[in-house]
Amino acid sequence: MYDITYFHEATSVQDAVKALTEHPEAKVIAGGTDVLVQIREGRFGPTELVSIHELRDELWGVVLDEDETICIGPITWFHAVNQDPICQERIPVLCEACDTPGGPQLRVSGTIGGNVANGITSADTASTLFAYGARLVLEGPHGRRTVPIEEWYAGPGKTVREHDEILVSIQIPRDHYEGFYGDYIKYGKRNALEIATMGCCCLVKLTDDHETIEDVRFAYGVAGPTPCRSHAAEEAARGKTVAEAAELVGDAALEDLHPRDSWRASKDFRMQLIKEMTKRALVNAANKGGSSASWK
Amino acid sequence: MEMKILSCTVNGKPVQVGYDVRECLLDTLHDRLGLTSVKRGCEVGECGACTVLIDGVATDTCLYLTAWAEGKTIETVEGLQAPDGTLDPVQQAFVDEFAVQCGFCIPGIIMSAEELVRTGKTYTRDEIRKALSGHLCRCTGYQNIITAVERAVDLVNGFVGEDGDAA
Amino acid sequence: MKEFKEVGRPLTRVDAFDKVTGRAKYCYDLLPTDHLVAKMVLATVGNGRVVSIDTSEAEKVPGVVGVFTCFDPDLPTQPFGTAGHPWSCDPAHQDIQDRNILTQRVRQYGDVVAAVVAEDTVAADRAVRAVKVEYEEYPLELTRLEAIDHAEDFPPLHEARPNNIIAHVDNRTEVKGGYDSVEQILEDPQWHRTHIEVKTPRQSQAHIELCLSFAYAEGDRIVVVSSTQLPHICRRIVAQALGRPWGDVRVIKPYIGGGFGNKQDILYEPLNAWLCEKVGGRCVLLELTREEVFAYTRSRQPKECHIDAAWDDDMNLKARSLEGWSNQGSYAAHGHALMANTANSFRQEYSAKELAHHGIATTFYSNETCAGAMRAYGVPEGNWAAEVLMSDIAYDMGWDGAEFRLNNFMELGYRDPFWPGPLCCYSRGIDECVAKGKELIGWDEKRAAYKNQTGPIRHGVGVALFSYKTSVAGLSLETSNVRMNLAQDGSIMLQMGATEIGQGADTVFSQMAAETVGVPTEMVHIVSQQDTDVTPYDSGAYASRQTYVAGTACRKVAEELREKILDYAHFLYPTHQTPFDMRDGVIYDIAGNEVTTIADVSIQSYYHPTNAKQIEAQDGVNVQENTFAMGACFVDLTVDIPLAKVTVNDVVEVHDSGVIINPKTAEQQVHGGIAQSIGMALSEELLTNPKDGSIRNNNLLDYKIPTMMDLPDLRADFVETYDPTGPYGNKALGETPCIPAAPAVRDAILNATGVKFYEAPMTPQRLFEGFKKEGLV
Repeated sequence: MYDITYFHEATSVQDAVKALTEHPEAKVIAGGTDVLVQIREGRFGPTELVSIHELRDELWGVVLDEDETICIGPITWFHAVNQDPICQERIPVLCEACDTPGGPQLRVSGTIGGNVANGITSADTASTLFAYGARLVLEGPHGRRTVPIEEWYAGPGKTVREHDEILVSIQIPRDHYEGFYGDYIKYGKRNALEIATMGCCCLVKLTDDHETIEDVRFAYGVAGPTPCRSHAAEEAARGKTVAEAAELVGDAALEDLHPRDSWRASKDFRMQLIKEMTKRALVNAANKGGSSASWK
Repeated sequence: MEMKILSCTVNGKPVQVGYDVRECLLDTLHDRLGLTSVKRGCEVGECGACTVLIDGVATDTCLYLTAWAEGKTIETVEGLQAPDGTLDPVQQAFVDEFAVQCGFCIPGIIMSAEELVRTGKTYTRDEIRKALSGHLCRCTGYQNIITAVERAVDLVNGFVGEDGDAA
Repeated sequence: MKEFKEVGRPLTRVDAFDKVTGRAKYCYDLLPTDHLVAKMVLATVGNGRVVSIDTSEAEKVPGVVGVFTCFDPDLPTQPFGTAGHPWSCDPAHQDIQDRNILTQRVRQYGDVVAAVVAEDTVAADRAVRAVKVEYEEYPLELTRLEAIDHAEDFPPLHEARPNNIIAHVDNRTEVKGGYDSVEQILEDPQWHRTHIEVKTPRQSQAHIELCLSFAYAEGDRIVVVSSTQLPHICRRIVAQALGRPWGDVRVIKPYIGGGFGNKQDILYEPLNAWLCEKVGGRCVLLELTREEVFAYTRSRQPKECHIDAAWDDDMNLKARSLEGWSNQGSYAAHGHALMANTANSFRQEYSAKELAHHGIATTFYSNETCAGAMRAYGVPEGNWAAEVLMSDIAYDMGWDGAEFRLNNFMELGYRDPFWPGPLCCYSRGIDECVAKGKELIGWDEKRAAYKNQTGPIRHGVGVALFSYKTSVAGLSLETSNVRMNLAQDGSIMLQMGATEIGQGADTVFSQMAAETVGVPTEMVHIVSQQDTDVTPYDSGAYASRQTYVAGTACRKVAEELREKILDYAHFLYPTHQTPFDMRDGVIYDIAGNEVTTIADVSIQSYYHPTNAKQIEAQDGVNVQENTFAMGACFVDLTVDIPLAKVTVNDVVEVHDSGVIINPKTAEQQVHGGIAQSIGMALSEELLTNPKDGSIRNNNLLDYKIPTMMDLPDLRADFVETYDPTGPYGNKALGETPCIPAAPAVRDAILNATGVKFYEAPMTPQRLFEGFKKEGLV
């Protein structure tokens, strides 16, 4: 039994916003896979909850809007994103990332919105959404605002979302994904039920020869306190062949990224992972775009 | 904390049950409805022992508030046997393939396997491993569990025999 | 070999149906609806003393029934031991009694200083958080250096052992070959020589059911329903802890969701029973959280061994010495028995050619969390030491590791010189195990194929052997009692004192009883649940003892029951000539004529007008003999060097456990053991925070038991010898499967990369460091 002192099942986004306004200490709960765990740990003490679990009409599913921006409802399960035809066709690497958190049961409770809203660097979809330059739409008592993901994180486990705001849409504009091939590597110590020791997403656009890098983005989870990109690795790769770039990007990424020592992995080991995963993610992504390069 | 009434379908029957709003579905199913197959192993979605089907989807009930089950269809292993007591094919395969040891994780795994079987598809052993990877078992090394699920899938969906031909 | 009819059948498990339908009842499933819940107040310092406890805020929490502290005047003061060992009437052989139900002296992070009883878990949790405890803190003694070398710098953890040494044993075998000492052999320049230092982790049993019990009063007595491996020992220890007559306590053991040694300790049942007394006998549930199970129950003892060895050019070990330390933690629990097993198994396995052996073993107290039994009880650690040594030697000498190991393996007739009673290698199928395993894994082909690899991804194949004594006969008491009686239809009610903990005990005992009585196993109904009020005495499930010891009792009682049935048949049909025989429930006379059936005998025995009495038998045994099980494990794996990741591709494990009672349940044991051993090899280790002694990874996400995606198909096979001391020619199997895979993985990593690892588990972090040191990354 959870130490819940107030529970409101919202009937609409505005109803949820209203409940949050009236309960300044209340937490938003969607899938429950983070919030309930934290309540159980006693992290908040007795807790008030505003649930958006049942707002399927407003907050669930993936649609393509007129300018082909992909709009993902935040309470869409990881598994539902993974299976969505629009995502599979246009942003398959996000589908890959959505296939990695926890185990299958978690992926039909945990939501993509929760994965971003929790502000956690190890969130499996965060680095991929970072690479795609996702835009996060918030709705509060005074209407909506859109936050680019680069401005979303306010520190470890913190975001710019105000208490009475609800994340209502995750959007990826067409020019952010069109022509890009991608790869997400989650490094965990097990192959399932795992939290990332390091996560790396690479998106690459190749020229017509399928071997030259026209544009590239590298984004990481657990390489810093929040998800982040490595512009140095991107600079090092741009204009080079995949094979050339593969030799450079690992060391380049280390110029930008400063992982920490912890009991889960040493700084040295995380640097080795960044180096190797940056290379492999690039080559894997490029292979999907027709490159014949190999990381071996 | 206030009590509420949950209306839902459990193992094919409409059910109304009083619950404390602080409860998760694991508590309600086990403690109030006596469905003892729903096991507590970790309370945080890391072991899978409390898995049931909610609207046909294998879900950890430790992280699922009872309030959310309103109107949903819930299935546990208690509901799988035929009226005459015959085991469902997944249950029978678990018996026949010696997939059961201490048995604590087994009801949850059977429910995930049910979801697989009902897709009507066939699966490789590695696909079964992935589909059931949200369950921890400490006794079996998973070997006979995977074999049992493979057998149940093949039996129900007609993929019997090594060449994959329909029976 | 003897011909059996029921023994050897791949019979469906007798508990399978109930377990797939949710009918099987575990401890929590039996809990009365009207109950209270208890939660523990756990020390937040790793070494110190409770100065005061303020419970006033906690008592105000709505729903709280009581808050009870280590200062409670009713708290029993006599210390008790918790190890699941048989009691000894000789004080010199009793387990160390060093624990109290609640403690003022904090010896580890998480020591229980108070407890709350409340109406529900939310109230209990709130109250626990509201209890204010003031501590006097002492410096932490976590490591061997702190606990042993600097013991005098710290306040004593236990007054009776101020130097923190629980036991220190020094064993030297007789020296052969004209030398004076082991040291002389080890220093003889004509031999090759090495020194290695190995470490094994604090592995967690990680059973999926939590640790829990509930207790309620019944008349003046107290009933404890517990998820335990040993109900009779639980009764004794609860009574000792409460200071009550042993008969005042009744323990019921339903199905349990795994134990693997953790539930071979009496954990919080005494606290549970005491809290029940404190609330007037109302039913109190004490269910630990997963985090508490990981951090504050038991775990494999972390061990460190230093080894010296000498060998010749012809694959013969000349001498070995081992000095080992076991960090037992805050309380003695199983004490030195585990480390003794480590040193013994190291000595026994490769004893064939040694001229001398020297073993020094020390178990010490520290502020680490209390360790205890885990499957195979110290032997995986001794085996790691023995096999890592063999692995290094074979690699350095360029030898076939399987051949080198076989050449030195324990010989038939080997007797351990330090085992107090008979312990002998009475049967030996190791050569066949190795031959079979080599063929199944493709040993020769793979060793050839994996030579001279380069590049980031490399393959390796490895081997490890093991030996393991069956039960603790000769060292400790081995006794078991069994009851059988006939139902009216001639079916047999079988009540074992020995327990089903998931390993399939109920199924194989049913087969044994059927075999000896002379009926099909389908006619045996085993009573799975033990209740100390009615169940015959047995020590419980541990030491791979049950099929051997309780199996012997089962055979004895089945023989007696059979005799009584045949006697009664002769009473009914006196014209037939004896001796009678019974096969498949049909009774024959000396000439082979069918006389009657067991069903007829039984119903007449119930309702005979002048000679009605239920036919039953109950008896017990003391087993004195002890023999060795053995086997070999082969592993094929892939190493991704830059990512420091190992993928196990194939495992073959072949066991000589004597006659196999049920080939399918035997296979189950092997599968599960391999998985646990691979866990020890690659990922499983509880980590202590050096700042306060707490456990860092106390959950199933951070404590990494293998998932379904981390293991390949597991291949189990058997070589069946007939052991003359086993009741049906059988030997140990319950624990042995979790011994050899870990060092086989180590051997395969060495084969793949040329890098020697000495510390298990070989986590990505350790692999990375090893590869970096060798310049591979």
